[in-house]
Amino acid sequence: MPGKLTGQVIGVDVGGTFTDLVMLDQKTRAVSIAKVPSTIDNQAFGVLAALEEVRADLSCIDLIVHGTTTTTNAVLERKLSKTGLITTMGFRDILELGRRTRPQPYGMSGEFTPIIPRDLRLEVPERMDAAGEIVTPLDETVLRSQVKELLDAGCEALVIHFLHSYANNTHELRAAKIAAELWPNAYITMGHALLSEAREFERGVTAAVNASVQPLLERYISRLIDELSHKGYRGDMLVMNGNGGMVSSRSVAREAAKTVMSGPASGVMAAAYCGRRAKMENLITYDMGGTSTDVALIRDAKPTVSNEIELEYAMPIHVPMVDVRTVGAGGGSIARVNSAGLLEVGPQSAGASPGPICYGLGGSEPTICDANLLLGRLDASKLKSVNSAATLKDVSNSFAKQLGDPLGLDATSAAAAVIQIANTKMAGAIRMVSISLGVDPRDFALFAFGGAGPLHASALARELGVPKVLVPARPGITNALGCIVADLRHDFVNTINQPLDNLNIDQVHNLFAMHIGDGEALIARENVEISALNHFFSLDMQFIGQTHLLRVELTHPKPDRSELQQLFETAYFNRFHVELKEIRVNLVNVNTSVVGVRPPLDLSTLIDPQKRKATLKEAQNTQRKVYFGDGWRDTPIYWRDYLPLEFNLEGPAVIEQMDTTILIEPGDRAMGDEDGNIIISVASQTEKQT
Amino acid sequence: MTSIDPITLSVIQAGLQQVCDEMDLSFSRAAFSPVIAEANDRSDGIYSAQDGSLIAQGAGGLPVFVGTMQYSTRTLIERIAQGITPAPKPDDIYIVNDPYLGGTHLMDVRFARPFYRGDEIFCWLSNTGHWPDTGGSVPGGFSASATAVEQEGLRLPPVRLFKQGVLDEEIYAIICSNIRVADQRIGDVKAQAAALMVGEKRLHELLDRYGDETVSEAIAELRTRAASQMRVCISQIKDGTYNSVAWVDSDGVVNEPLEIRLAVTKSNDELTFDFTGSSPPCMGPMNCVLATTLSSVYLAMRHIFPQVPISAGAFEPLKVIRPDNTFLDAQYPRPVSGCAAEVSQRIAEAVFAALVIPLPDLVTAAPAGTSGNFALGGYDPARDRDFVMYQLSGGGYGGNANHDGLTNGCSTIGISKAPPVEIMEQAFPVLYHHYALREGSAGAGKYRGGFGLDYEVELRRGRATASFVMDHGRFGPQGALGGNDGEPNKVTVWQSGKPHIPEHLSKEQDIQLLPGDRVHVQTPGGGGYGDPKQRDKNAILEDVRLGRYSAKQAKELYGV
Repeated sequence: MPGKLTGQVIGVDVGGTFTDLVMLDQKTRAVSIAKVPSTIDNQAFGVLAALEEVRADLSCIDLIVHGTTTTTNAVLERKLSKTGLITTMGFRDILELGRRTRPQPYGMSGEFTPIIPRDLRLEVPERMDAAGEIVTPLDETVLRSQVKELLDAGCEALVIHFLHSYANNTHELRAAKIAAELWPNAYITMGHALLSEAREFERGVTAAVNASVQPLLERYISRLIDELSHKGYRGDMLVMNGNGGMVSSRSVAREAAKTVMSGPASGVMAAAYCGRRAKMENLITYDMGGTSTDVALIRDAKPTVSNEIELEYAMPIHVPMVDVRTVGAGGGSIARVNSAGLLEVGPQSAGASPGPICYGLGGSEPTICDANLLLGRLDASKLKSVNSAATLKDVSNSFAKQLGDPLGLDATSAAAAVIQIANTKMAGAIRMVSISLGVDPRDFALFAFGGAGPLHASALARELGVPKVLVPARPGITNALGCIVADLRHDFVNTINQPLDNLNIDQVHNLFAMHIGDGEALIARENVEISALNHFFSLDMQFIGQTHLLRVELTHPKPDRSELQQLFETAYFNRFHVELKEIRVNLVNVNTSVVGVRPPLDLSTLIDPQKRKATLKEAQNTQRKVYFGDGWRDTPIYWRDYLPLEFNLEGPAVIEQMDTTILIEPGDRAMGDEDGNIIISVASQTEKQT
Repeated sequence: MTSIDPITLSVIQAGLQQVCDEMDLSFSRAAFSPVIAEANDRSDGIYSAQDGSLIAQGAGGLPVFVGTMQYSTRTLIERIAQGITPAPKPDDIYIVNDPYLGGTHLMDVRFARPFYRGDEIFCWLSNTGHWPDTGGSVPGGFSASATAVEQEGLRLPPVRLFKQGVLDEEIYAIICSNIRVADQRIGDVKAQAAALMVGEKRLHELLDRYGDETVSEAIAELRTRAASQMRVCISQIKDGTYNSVAWVDSDGVVNEPLEIRLAVTKSNDELTFDFTGSSPPCMGPMNCVLATTLSSVYLAMRHIFPQVPISAGAFEPLKVIRPDNTFLDAQYPRPVSGCAAEVSQRIAEAVFAALVIPLPDLVTAAPAGTSGNFALGGYDPARDRDFVMYQLSGGGYGGNANHDGLTNGCSTIGISKAPPVEIMEQAFPVLYHHYALREGSAGAGKYRGGFGLDYEVELRRGRATASFVMDHGRFGPQGALGGNDGEPNKVTVWQSGKPHIPEHLSKEQDIQLLPGDRVHVQTPGGGGYGDPKQRDKNAILEDVRLGRYSAKQAKELYGV
């Protein structure tokens, strides 16, 4: 980057409801924060509004890092650029047929809308076989006329997706070259370009997603940059990718599909960063919002990455992304008594509209959020500030009538039951995620964020046997924080698929060397200040005959074969507690991540040190009755910004701040650290009972 | 009313479910067989110590296993009580695949492990995994022309494969000497046993936390409540008897259709399923053992009422009259390989066709309802080895009260993914000429069915034989409430340029193929729902514009 940096960086993340911004001045250590409503049709308005709110002088800003849901929303709502597909003769329906499943295991109805409609999926004579040998040469005349037909139909982007192009890409390259002569723009995606692996449906969908969001993303980013430069911004903007790394706005559209899921990914990156600084490097992140809860796993300060994310039913996007799993319930999840007389929470949600009863927007069914309010965990006096028709009494009546009567409970006990059931379910879902990733949740700490996460975190941790909870300084703007702490990152995957016994190990060494070279070149071109270059090497392996892969991390890029065998056997045993000396090992993928580490940021001013009080007593705002398992308790309510630097308190307590509420249950202990994190030591199940 | 509060009850219910879900996950993650690992053709559950009745079952289990293991566990408990099977010791695991002892077909291999609290058996943990081969006349076990179970593979009565935690190498050696690709089975055996270990550990934790007595009480109470939940669902149905018929093309040996006759009677918030009048036991492998007949009824009901948790209680209000002397209650030595994959789906179709009348908003027209099993076995000279390839395929789903049926959905009894064309071509000496939506196949209706699949595959080298175990070749999936049937399944084998159509249409074994020969399969479209004349005109034009129906068809079917 030209010139010396002044040290001001901005992270801005556009979410479904809010656009969050954090501005950090590294010299003065001043932090500014904004939370404004997202503007869905053109997200740039929300971004600009957030910049205005913090009164950013854009001519002094070194760097803006942006997380956007433009591409995710476009795919989920199918509001895509008109995109055409040209594919191998006989295979145009691959994108519509999928892999022959159904949306739910039970229930024989369900719908699926292919990402490109059938009339825009055309075929050309050409065929490779699995060995990459040409069976039918590419018919260039037909190709030209198909390209023209798609242009005439008004397509803006084009996908060229041929069978077995991962084995031999010459037809795709040739076809793209011819198409480029006719196509008025650069929006041409080749099937093998983002994902050079077998599986025509997954590769085709990935390419089709890329093409059909490319024009949207490019237009959005260039409009935003125009606006920013009008306001004096001179730097480059970086855009978050779903892998938790960022790339220059100049090149982001080329691989636009990689920006899908970037919001959740940046939250996880922030968690990893905070955890590393707090010396808690193994975390389960727990982001509970209004409609859903996302969970991810961080090991040794590194988020788990997957190449097999499915954005929704039959929508696989097979590029490396932080493995964030949505596990259902959010604050708006609805509680009902089912026909067996049992209390159920979710899966139905009141969403943002009508929302919980307490929003007063017409919601009439009890939700998790309402239960927290009835139990005094959320501040009922704040109800008045919403221009709301609903009172605490309304909420209480609904609980008594809809849940209490059929269960034989009063409103309070019904609300406590809703929280207990919701926590049991969420804990179960978190367990399933951790087990499917091969870890025991008890070896992790819970990183709680999102508006509702810190209310439930201690109870969940207890249920899971997790000893500690980390609540970051600003749980409500974690994704924006992720933008400013994220590193530059490029991932590479090559498929070898050979038994270890026959493997030429040089091939592995060469691939690693090639990945390092390519990655470092890309990072150099991005022209952003970095403090170090890191390389992460891993191999996906399996026993021969298996279909699942197990990822084995390497500490260096020159392993020998016996080392690989050993590493895999150990990893397999640790994961499945099964030893299989009888069966040979297969090496499938060679993976490298090249990471340009950005200079460390000081997070200690995320909570303004000026506002801190000297004693806990001074930090206490008020006191109110809060319901815990054993009844109502007088509970001190603290204002987080006032808490002394290294406080230490015992529950029960409620800590409130602008963007969240933190519940410290009786028996638990909360402590502050210098970054403004709160670390809750959770009393175990048995301690709690005694 | 029980003494347990409803909240503890919900929490224990979630806990039991969690134990089973963890077993499911552990099993498929560690399994070798792609059928288990990728297609999730497995199931795990917890069963009562007294009679084997189902306490809880993993949510991710293959639908066809809804309720089946309670019959094999019950039989095991009875045999132990009678002294036929040796009594268990802690850490023993029984293995069994005998279809007539509460099973499905031979390929579904069950493990059962007694779960002890102190010296007493508190309950049983059991799981089923579909092994890729258990011996028999054809690789994979789906022989279209077997006339006795011995031709279908190795049959195991319940024996203790693990004795106090140690694998019995002698029994295992007998198994391995009788099955194909035996060297990889040890991976599945260990995964299947490890899943039960996971369940055991988690169940102990649950009991330690809530107490054995409370959990036992909760289990009893949950059973009662599941029954009443199912009763509430059933109460939506108007009292009366609802009749339906479904047809299996043939048994694979005798070329005559097999008839499933069903009368469902609703009274007192119960449903009685009466299959009287269905065809007698058949020569070929399309017989169904009782346990599979029952679970086919249960799985159909679960498709209709997915909110009722799977437990013995949910099945209480569903009375199935034992269909003696029909092919739905097969006895030794009738061959049964088609029961889990095909007959089960016809039974489900009969249930759908009967109940769509009183439950038009919840039940769909008939789905393709076949697993579409095409097996190609042969010798690949380029690799100098034998191969067996399976292509399982989907078809159209039935239209329903709200929208058109899904195109290329999986079988009613499965939830598995189909293998990609590229992976098939990597592994086997074949080349696909097309893999496409089968145009015109959807049954017309106010809401039409989904479209079937159309593929054609060529043998490139060596020699091979093709076998088919499919269904709905003679009759398409039934339309409902005035909708048309979907197009039937169609198989054409091109030998030296000449077409051969299997005599049984959807079933034939060992058709010889030479390089250049091709197999062309067109899978069924789903049944239409409601009168086609009521279909939205724009929807009809859209189907024509997208080439799913021809203009001529639109005219014939919809008058547009």
